[in-house]
Amino acid sequence: MSFDPSLYFEALFSKSYLKGAVTAITLAVLVQVAAVILGFFLALGRESKNTLVRGLSAAYVWLFRAVPALLILILIWNALPQLLPVMKEAWFSPYIAAFLGLTLLETALMAEIIRSALASIPSGQLLAARALGLKPWSAIWHVQIPQMIRVAIPPTGNQFINMVKMTSLASVISLQELLYTAAQDVSRTFSYAEYYSAAATYYLVLVSLFMVAQSWAERKYSWDSSTSKRLSRVSRGRKETQNA
Amino acid sequence: MHETAPLLQATNVTKKYHGEAVVKNISFETNTGQVTAILGPSGSGKSTFLRALALLEPIDGGEIRFEGQLVGQIQKRGRRVNASERQLASHRAAIGMVFQSFNLFPHMSVEQNITLALKVHRRGTTSENRHTADSILQKVGLSGFSTKFPSELSGGQQQRVAIARALALGPKIMLFDEPTSALDPELVREVLKVMESLAEQGMTMIVVTHEVGFAKNVASRAILFDRGEIVEDLPPEQFFSPGNSERTRTFLEHVL
Repeated sequence: MSFDPSLYFEALFSKSYLKGAVTAITLAVLVQVAAVILGFFLALGRESKNTLVRGLSAAYVWLFRAVPALLILILIWNALPQLLPVMKEAWFSPYIAAFLGLTLLETALMAEIIRSALASIPSGQLLAARALGLKPWSAIWHVQIPQMIRVAIPPTGNQFINMVKMTSLASVISLQELLYTAAQDVSRTFSYAEYYSAAATYYLVLVSLFMVAQSWAERKYSWDSSTSKRLSRVSRGRKETQNA
Repeated sequence: MHETAPLLQATNVTKKYHGEAVVKNISFETNTGQVTAILGPSGSGKSTFLRALALLEPIDGGEIRFEGQLVGQIQKRGRRVNASERQLASHRAAIGMVFQSFNLFPHMSVEQNITLALKVHRRGTTSENRHTADSILQKVGLSGFSTKFPSELSGGQQQRVAIARALALGPKIMLFDEPTSALDPELVREVLKVMESLAEQGMTMIVVTHEVGFAKNVASRAILFDRGEIVEDLPPEQFFSPGNSERTRTFLEHVL
């Protein structure tokens, strides 16, 4: 058995792996942000009074829950340019293709999470908002969205962790993220253990950092006076340090 | 012209659920300072009627006027249609509503619950609104609670905050939908006391309640609902006197 630590550390601290990690995390963040926003409107669409809007929204969710992510990526990267000549041009990079494909998919999944989070809010909340004379969008913004977020944080955190890992699928459409970078080194040297471990280490660190952020967000949404005071003290402390 | 118009007036109001009328052709009016207690068995349509007055339920017949103005409906191409949620929003601001289950916003502090409506209606600056919240909290006996969250309050305190929230916009009438029914018995008193003091200050109130004591001692008018209709409408001293109607006697025997 041979594991060459120097190869592992060299890869770990190399520019190409860091670049791969940055590609993976920015892609995951962009996809997740887009999917949360689009998924929110899709969730509203699924509850719409308009039959056509409701039907189209349900069809979208059905389609993108059913088709595997890998297949969607290949379809977008290889099949779409055959159908739409404009996608043969240089701007259509693997990064954009991966963003499109993963966002299409993630939007469907986020819509389902957001729909159930909205459904979990007691009906009396909207009633109270209406009684205070809040207009529909005002009630959504001030009353429903904050309560929806609290319910949606844990499953959305799960989705995001999955998304960080799912960016590795884009290696098949030659996006130079972590897995692609490691696979290139492997194909050159056949040192599977060292290079793939380096990539795995990055995923471990990225996901761990995110888990810390998630638990902070969950505490922020605990809705009691002690947490709200503690958190505002923390952010005030930060401001004071910045000013100093 | 509106000098003599009643504060709130319902004429031939009908509300149907799945084709069945739960509020049948009710006419009712109230004037400034009047405190009306609405009693009746559950399912008699009293809460539905109250929600219709609060413009939270579109009605299927009749009309509601506030200070003589048609509310809840608009005139469109010569026909009368239900107003949109956006149009209703401004009508609702003059009517305070308190719910059985409080419905406080759990993600907001007591102060934020009270000032939300002021904020979205752009009524004052942040510091003005904070003062408004403080003075209303004092009215409901909860000074110093402004930074608490609903989850940290007892049911009675939550309902008093809900009353404070409904008072924030300075409504001309307050509607209460069984405000003490969800409370533990020992917490009922503190909520009724707040309502009593509101009545003493001249607030116009309509209270759907099972609290016979409140109807007797605080209300200036007692109404009995049954199967979607008003079957009795009397000053409390007559309502609760032995000479009242058969129907009222039967109901009171059930609840007392």
